[in-house]
Amino acid sequence: MSKTLFDKIWDKHIVKHKEGHPDPLFIDRHFIHEVTSPQAFDGLKKRGIGVFNTSRTTATADHNVPTKDQHLPIKEALSRHQVETLRKNCKEFGVELYDLGHPFQGIVHIIGPELGLTLPGMTIVCGDSHTSTHGAFGTIAFGIGTSEVEQVLATQCILQYKPKRMKIEINGPLSKGVLAKDIILYIISKISSSGATGYFVEYAGDTIENLSMEARMTICNMSIEMGARGGLIAPDATTFDYIKGKKFAPQGVELNKKIEQWKTLKSDEDATFDKVLTFDASDIGPMITYGTNPGMGIKITDRIPTPEELKDISEQPSFIKSLNYMGLEPGSQLLGKHIDYVFIGSCTNARIEDLRLVASIVKGKKKAEGVEVWIVPGSKQVEDQARKEGLDKIFEAAGFELRSPGCSACLGMNEDKIPAGKYCISTSNRNFEGRQGPQSRTFLASPLSAAAAAITGRVTDVRELIANEKLTMAN
Amino acid sequence: MKEKFNTIKSTAVPLPNENVDTDQIIPARFLKATTREGFGENLFRDWRYDSNNQLVQDFILNNPSFNGKILVAGKNFGCGSSREHAAWALYDYGFRVVVSSFFADIFINNALNNGLLPVVVSDQFLQTISKGISANSSTPITVNLENQTISFEGKKETFDINPYKKSCMINGYDDIDYLLSLTEDIKQFDLQQS
Repeated sequence: MSKTLFDKIWDKHIVKHKEGHPDPLFIDRHFIHEVTSPQAFDGLKKRGIGVFNTSRTTATADHNVPTKDQHLPIKEALSRHQVETLRKNCKEFGVELYDLGHPFQGIVHIIGPELGLTLPGMTIVCGDSHTSTHGAFGTIAFGIGTSEVEQVLATQCILQYKPKRMKIEINGPLSKGVLAKDIILYIISKISSSGATGYFVEYAGDTIENLSMEARMTICNMSIEMGARGGLIAPDATTFDYIKGKKFAPQGVELNKKIEQWKTLKSDEDATFDKVLTFDASDIGPMITYGTNPGMGIKITDRIPTPEELKDISEQPSFIKSLNYMGLEPGSQLLGKHIDYVFIGSCTNARIEDLRLVASIVKGKKKAEGVEVWIVPGSKQVEDQARKEGLDKIFEAAGFELRSPGCSACLGMNEDKIPAGKYCISTSNRNFEGRQGPQSRTFLASPLSAAAAAITGRVTDVRELIANEKLTMAN
Repeated sequence: MKEKFNTIKSTAVPLPNENVDTDQIIPARFLKATTREGFGENLFRDWRYDSNNQLVQDFILNNPSFNGKILVAGKNFGCGSSREHAAWALYDYGFRVVVSSFFADIFINNALNNGLLPVVVSDQFLQTISKGISANSSTPITVNLENQTISFEGKKETFDINPYKKSCMINGYDDIDYLLSLTEDIKQFDLQQS
């Protein structure tokens, strides 16, 4: 019987089927961090059991760490305690930890792929909804709650019912200035922030096939923002090239053997999906969100809809509430709107290609007066690479601040918060009320659009800035 | 062993907003605790309190007429971050049931794993109870897990729940109890993975 890629991986990981019970899904790789793991370790202590297989568990500190002076003790007492608790737990239970200052530390979904811990065909979980990022390698990767973190620590399995399968196909070449972030914001704007709830998504089509691994990660990362449990992309030569030479990935003959297996990881031609959506890449332009969920997005050149233009009129009250929060008028244009902050970071867009794109726009230019720009690399490795390539010099000359790795202003858990009422154009993944700090206002956009806004101080169509410049859009 | 769930008859709090994400239920800056207790204090923090830490009078949870163990929410409740702290905060505050016409996936699992019952009803029934309790806050809602029914002012609807999760809720079991019984099978499976 023909199968989707999702089914192939899922079925191979069922330990034992028992009638009347959800299937125990074996987990190949479990990532943990300081915020959603302490209560799970407590649970193990109460039950008097250890971690089932420490070699399948990797820890890092990312959500609640400062992005300045990481070599010093964390100032804020609760944050310090949380990171210290992670240290203690990892030591006590024998889990590998990439702590602050370690060359492999960084945002959990950035370090997994760059260390070769994320490999095709795997099942991967983490107590974080953006675990879907790892799906870019042809893995089943999804976010879980802390009780489930405890389950996986205790048994290396998670009890799950199979979600439905959706295929999203995108074909055609991308226009200049359009990045992976624009593709995913476009899709979410079309199907809404709950359009894929109950589904696991496979992204396909030549537009996706032509993307780099880092761009594919950006797409899969935001699957959760349309409600999907996760998203995945069939591995191909681009995937195998990326994995080659990564620290913990198989090497040499072993890798070649693996690649032969990985080549079979694709949906059968006649596999059936519960739902199929198709989009034309030529319709996608640089995108920006105007509201307080990621589905509230428009082309940067479009105007904000009016309540009357909504497809579902029952959504009018939330829509109006959202625009009030954002301080925006229905039917108005975002282009030219003044911004106060620029945040370039997060598991969505803080990899080296993102930083290179930003540098390509700002090289030789200065940020607009009154705008604060934070660049928070996704990992220590990304930071080191950026410095090696001299990107830090470009950012410094432009008046941008290159900080140390962490989740930072994506969720405003550490001190990196956008002040009340201020507008931030952000490469992160969520524009929820207060997400970047109480009463903060977020515009989600691509690294290029964020960089362009940093220079002009306004929401800007990046294509105007690059009109006369040759720019290769690998991303 | 978790608290066992059977029938709950209680007044309810209406919160008809759509797309309530877990950042609203419990903002990230309150996720710094390393235990499960005490999150109720910061439930809907930025809707309950203004920037000067003063109560927002017109927010429903600050209205003394509305209280009870049941939250009647809007469509797509619990979307966004996977933080289980959202379920802990609702439970710690005193809620045992959340009613909506549509929940986000991860939230459902997190709620069920913590003795908080997500009840999915039709859009129409949700409207009826939401409007009904808004008009008269003393009218109770009855949720019977055994029979999978929710009743309000003589109207009744049945709801779906996974049979396994239902028995876990009724008996106070959790998933780890079951998975630990499979330890030998899992060890064998692990060894066979290359």
